[in-house]
Amino acid sequence: MADILGAEVDEEGFLVNLKDWTKEIAVEMAKGDDIDLADENADLFHERWDVLNLLRDYFEEYQIAPAVRVLTKAVGKKLGKDKGSSKYLYTLFPYGPGKQGCKFAGLPKPTGCI
Amino acid sequence: MAIKKFMYLNRKASYGTAYAIESLEVVLIAAAFDQDVSLAFIDDGVYQIVEGQNTDGIGMKNFSKTFHALGDYDINKLYVSAESLEERGLTADDLMPLVYEDEDDDWEEKPSVKIVSNAELTKIMSEQDVCLSF
Amino acid sequence: MLHTVNKSSFERNSLQSCLNTIDDTSVILLIEDGVISAAKNANSSMLADLATQGRVYALQGDVDARGISSKVADNIKLVDYAGFVDLVVEHGTAVSWV
Repeated sequence: MADILGAEVDEEGFLVNLKDWTKEIAVEMAKGDDIDLADENADLFHERWDVLNLLRDYFEEYQIAPAVRVLTKAVGKKLGKDKGSSKYLYTLFPYGPGKQGCKFAGLPKPTGCI
Repeated sequence: MAIKKFMYLNRKASYGTAYAIESLEVVLIAAAFDQDVSLAFIDDGVYQIVEGQNTDGIGMKNFSKTFHALGDYDINKLYVSAESLEERGLTADDLMPLVYEDEDDDWEEKPSVKIVSNAELTKIMSEQDVCLSF
Repeated sequence: MLHTVNKSSFERNSLQSCLNTIDDTSVILLIEDGVISAAKNANSSMLADLATQGRVYALQGDVDARGISSKVADNIKLVDYAGFVDLVVEHGTAVSWV
């Protein structure tokens, strides 16, 4: 089994045990995709963390990883209407807010996400 | 893709078997494909949406919380059998207050749960394209 | 609608749940352990009523496998797999009461 900083991940890089998640793991996962989540002066640093934190809150509340359109709705509501678009979310996570965002946030892959 | 009317019949309580959580998974998948989804809770299935579930003591995921997300997935037709509630000594007040925001009515919050008689449920079922029983 | 029931009514409430919500035009097909409910003494009065109206079927293979072919209530019609397919085609939406 592969691991990131000692935490077990599946073949797609998602955490197997959601409780293993730490910020350091997120940073390490992002590094593999050429995204900097460690340096707060890095491009889109705060924007990305806002969405990752929102994803973690969402999971805590509903026990699922949201589908993209549900996430888009939630981002628009919590982070501002201008950010509630899939275009914005894809700017932050080019491989998809579901696939990449949920992975960095330590969530499972969204149900229905192919 | 053509939109079909899917109804999921939930007939078992949440934690003793995997039926309930499997049903919920499939419901979310159908919703991701923009289908017209409704849920029915009959028999012990009514226990799936009882308020105040706490799974700390059994080490299982408390997926009753997920029902609160259904509104955002445009799933807002949850029918509960009045007869099944009554047989179990339950009333509408024992159920989680599940709501959705109605986009045709200035996003006003409205209840998703509707208690219906078995006869009403029969009629709703007959209007479906697909009924899946769990 | 076509309702299939695959559990014995002695063990599960699938048949009763089905009977609680069935409409006037639907038919029931008993399959797998559901055929146990087709035996004469296992019949609920409601199932018997539906059988009288010719709206209850049981799958022959499952009845034979359980050795109860001589015990099947008179009004319950036995069908083979081809008959199962005909029922699906004829009655549209199918519900499997598992």
